[in-house]
Amino acid sequence: MLEIKNLNLHYGVIHALKDISLTVNDGEIVTLIGANGAGKTSTLRTISGLEKATSGEILLDGESIMHMPAPKRVSMGISQVPEGRRIFPDMSVFENLEMGAYLRNDKDGIKADMEMVFGRFPILGMRKKQLAGTLSGGEQQMLAMGRALMSRPKILLLDEPSMGLAPILVQEIFNIIKVINATGTTILLVEQNANMALSIADRGYVIETGSIVLSGTGQELAQSPEVRKAYLGG
Amino acid sequence: MDQFLQQVVNGLSLGSIYALIALGYTMVYGIIKLINFAHGDIYMLGAYIGFAVVTIGGLGFFPALIIAMVLCAVIGIVTERIAYKPLRNSPRITLLITAIGVSFFMEYIMVYFVGANVRAFPDVLPKTQYRLGSIVINLQQIVIILTTIALMVLLQFIVHKTKIGKAMRAVSADRDAAELMGVKVDRTISATFAIGSALAGAGGVLVGIFYNSINPLMGMMPGLKAFVAAVFGGIGIIPGAMIGGVSIGVIETMVSGYGSSMYKDAVVFAILILVLIFKPSGLLGKNTREKV
Ligand SMILES: Nc1ncnc2c1ncn2[C@@H]1O[C@H](COP(=O)(O)OP(=O)(O)OP(=O)(O)O)[C@@H](O)[C@H]1O
Ligand SMILES: [Mg+2]
Repeated sequence: MLEIKNLNLHYGVIHALKDISLTVNDGEIVTLIGANGAGKTSTLRTISGLEKATSGEILLDGESIMHMPAPKRVSMGISQVPEGRRIFPDMSVFENLEMGAYLRNDKDGIKADMEMVFGRFPILGMRKKQLAGTLSGGEQQMLAMGRALMSRPKILLLDEPSMGLAPILVQEIFNIIKVINATGTTILLVEQNANMALSIADRGYVIETGSIVLSGTGQELAQSPEVRKAYLGG
Repeated sequence: MDQFLQQVVNGLSLGSIYALIALGYTMVYGIIKLINFAHGDIYMLGAYIGFAVVTIGGLGFFPALIIAMVLCAVIGIVTERIAYKPLRNSPRITLLITAIGVSFFMEYIMVYFVGANVRAFPDVLPKTQYRLGSIVINLQQIVIILTTIALMVLLQFIVHKTKIGKAMRAVSADRDAAELMGVKVDRTISATFAIGSALAGAGGVLVGIFYNSINPLMGMMPGLKAFVAAVFGGIGIIPGAMIGGVSIGVIETMVSGYGSSMYKDAVVFAILILVLIFKPSGLLGKNTREKV
């Protein structure tokens, strides 16, 4: 589905991504874990086209998307739930979801997907008319996920969906991620909560100061001494 | 009391024009955080286009309004493409200085081509007057106010109900997030300039009717006042610009009517200072809030 080869990204003189390569196969949940500032968000922003890579290759179903502008990549089937949710605070929940379907014109399909989102996140259905900025942190996270699903993505990029949420909500969010995956959406999940991420991931990569240092199945990584020491508290 | 109501009527027509200009300031500020100092000059160009349509084209008020709006929209788009777009990632001060340069450019290119002299805007509307008790309302004032109301309703419809309007709000709120929805940012910014400039162009034609005279530097003062109006209402907030524009117009007229017209400009800028001291976010502005 998604293949990244030797990707490099610079912010001015800062070399943020160094020869990153990773693959996400159809139907998988793949996680990218790493400490603060390792380059996780940079990786996702580059895949979505918000940052311009200096070199390397990004392929979606074998086709290069490296030089496509961000909106084109959305229409190709890449959707992102950005770090910090980034919902539109002065728009209603409903309008936020409409924005998620911005590139679609199939009114009936949009309506059906809206119902699907309300089914998956009932609280959003109850808060339809409310301004998104007045939602709680957890509700905003659900809205950001619902919004990202409204474009009917092939692959969903999630940037730290558990950030700032109470443990019970984190569990709920991860359950929903599993359901989204089970209903046919491939997932690339960025997390600092390595424990949780590895527990639902088919495979994972560990990123450190801009380089991939380790990869394996979720289980392998969860048991690897390096990962345990660095990210799972021993 | 009658004199008061008379001043309100006069103030509403002037305020409508300020509001139309203020909308462009606020929309452009909302989307690229630029105080577009050339915006008052778009309004001046609108007045000249209206003038040309009426005198050379021999057409009436309505065609003058539409043609001025369309051409100003085009001028707005072109200006943004040439002057501001290349500076998308530059510091804001660079953009601001460029806007001031664009403003001078428009003013003096007009001085060069049409001369600096004041021209009389032809009477496009009959000088009918209506009396409500002792208050006199003339047809010009009615047309100005009704045109403004119609344009504002149209604008609200565009911003809230159409796709491009929603894209404009999304880009204003969070450019990256909007791009992640598939919104084309450049196109959306163009549309914002087009709409803002069209409104200023309409304001230019209306002011031609209101004051009967136009000149190449006529955009400076109303431009500044409309800017004050936008700040007064809360810069970046569309209803704020409407309320701010009308308020500034009414206040200015009151000062002229009851005090002295010598002080009317001073009062407007005193308001700016007071707003900046006591409520910098403006009448409808919220203090910035963020949730993690
Ligand atoms: N816009 C930017 N300009 C300059 N440097 C940046 C920019 N964005 C990120 N960086 C730098 O790039 C590196 C990687 O940042 P990134 O945000 O990708 O990390 P992250 O793994 O997502 O961290 P976190 O877990 O804290 O979200 C950091 O050193 C950061 O300071
Ligand atoms: Mg990050």
